[in-house]
Amino acid sequence: MNTWLWLAEGPLFWLSLSVFGLGVAWKLTGLLLLGGPRAQPTPRGSPAGGAVYTILRHFVPRRVFLPGAGLHVLAGYAFHLGLFILLGFAAPHVAFFGERLLGVSWPTLPQWGFIVAAEFAFAGLIILWAMRISEPIQKLVSRPADHAATWLTFLVMLSGCLALEEAHVSLRALHMTLVDAWLFWFPFSPLMHTFTFLFSRGFTGATYGRRGVGL
Amino acid sequence: MSMHEAHERFVSETGARIASYLDACVRCGLCADACHYHQASGDPRHAPVMKFQILDRIYRRHRDPFAPLWRLLGRGRDPDPEELKELRELIYDTCSMCGRCTLACPMGIDTAQMVWIVREGMAAAGLAPPVLEQMARRAKKAGSPMGIDPQKLREILDEVSREYDVELPLDKDRADILLLDSSLDFNVYRPTLAAMAKILNRLGLNWTFSTRGYEASNLGLFTGDVDVARAMVARIVEAAEEVGASIVLAPECGHGYGSIRWEAAELLGFEPPFEILHISEFLARLHREGRLKLRRKERSLTYHDPCKVGRRGGVVEEPRELMRDLVSDFREMHPSGILNWCCSGGGGVVLLESAREVQLEAFRIKMRQVEDTGAEGVIMACAFCHYTFDSSAKHFGWDCGIEDLVQMVAEQMVVEDA
Repeated sequence: MNTWLWLAEGPLFWLSLSVFGLGVAWKLTGLLLLGGPRAQPTPRGSPAGGAVYTILRHFVPRRVFLPGAGLHVLAGYAFHLGLFILLGFAAPHVAFFGERLLGVSWPTLPQWGFIVAAEFAFAGLIILWAMRISEPIQKLVSRPADHAATWLTFLVMLSGCLALEEAHVSLRALHMTLVDAWLFWFPFSPLMHTFTFLFSRGFTGATYGRRGVGL
Repeated sequence: MSMHEAHERFVSETGARIASYLDACVRCGLCADACHYHQASGDPRHAPVMKFQILDRIYRRHRDPFAPLWRLLGRGRDPDPEELKELRELIYDTCSMCGRCTLACPMGIDTAQMVWIVREGMAAAGLAPPVLEQMARRAKKAGSPMGIDPQKLREILDEVSREYDVELPLDKDRADILLLDSSLDFNVYRPTLAAMAKILNRLGLNWTFSTRGYEASNLGLFTGDVDVARAMVARIVEAAEEVGASIVLAPECGHGYGSIRWEAAELLGFEPPFEILHISEFLARLHREGRLKLRRKERSLTYHDPCKVGRRGGVVEEPRELMRDLVSDFREMHPSGILNWCCSGGGGVVLLESAREVQLEAFRIKMRQVEDTGAEGVIMACAFCHYTFDSSAKHFGWDCGIEDLVQMVAEQMVVEDA
């Protein structure tokens, strides 16, 4: 085996995965330990019900906001769904996660399915980034880390596509090195929204659920 | 008051809820579409997301579970006084803390809550707008932001009693209900004050005002001065306990209702031991129980949802229950309920001369909403919204036919002989 690939799929991968796991756990635990209100008002509705409602409700934008948010939402869904499908069902991923790490297997995407999912993911990510660099508010508020998160994810996806045919070992090694970097940086980056969106929606939902209103 | 206190405030108030907002925000800017001030000015700085960036920096350096790492790497810096001064426009002039942006945010971020925390820091640094600060100080000292002390309260209640021929009990030894009202009603909208008293008297309820705690409006929530906010709700709790009230009735005052109903527990550190209801909520309950009967009039009216009563207070359906029995043709604005646009004056904005231009521009959204219904007029259930409508409509020479919910109930309630 190529030394670079061995390193990227072996020690570096396990190091990155450990940093990812421990970092995410540290971040989320630390966040929850920051504490809440000293006392709560008498509820008018259910905080738990409100939390569940808001977590689910915000998956679909309210119609009144669609004229402005439509493209953003479509691009967001295209990117995220495309990425999750590739991550979970691309044949090399099933081989790596399932057969090699977990010892199980599950159905994989056909070639055309991979291409469609990848096209959605790339189109979504490119549109989102184009909006980030062109829309005045996003230009003003985006941090270097927001751009870096987009670019690193883009490079991981691009290198993954290049490595799909497994024509060159170095392409697979490049993909895995970028994956390692992505995993290593994840807990410290805006990519943490993958987990914190549940907390954010949940806290708002619980607060307003208590008030008897579903936001 | 100092930068040190401001900093302490920013840090201590950033708990798990705020941290989750700051970590979840992906800077998509979708909140801007929901903000009436951003819609009015088109200025990207007025987008809600811009209003909590200062908290984000402080969070990274001091509260983030990785804060030691960020400090080690020299990331970010603490705010300086000049920066806070520049924030005034974003925090006080162009945010009414209406919470509409939360609905547009994919992450459900409650920006209004973060603006409140930034206002706390601004007030601690002595940087709240002077006009609001003076009113807040007056409220803490006299009991009311317009200087209505207990003696003045007695005079006002006497005047209203004579002018509107209604009994307004004050300082009863025992009462089931403690009624609050806002300075705007005590001074400007006295027919609403008289109407509340008439309704409660006709229903034979045992209620009272108390010189110990009578003011619903809470300027501490506008400036961000926690001491004032706490002192105002503490007075109400003491007054209610003194008369043994089981219900505290909040008047048509959006933030006043919010402060005693939803903020008091956190401010005081305990749950107030009585029920707190917005007047429209209370009247709808009586209506549902069959104790309040209404006579419907042939009219077409729409309703302006006060943000802090509806979206942020949970009282959305109750006013509608009453209105459907008050008018033959009740028309909803589009959008309405929790999606309704703010009147543009809440959160103290209408009191700020520096905000006047953008506030009036934002009010155009409300004008369009009302006009699009084709209704004869618009019903109010918040004195502050009422005042914003009055002053803005006057500016534009717009006759919008403002009606008051409580006054309508008082005029159209069916009084049955005992």
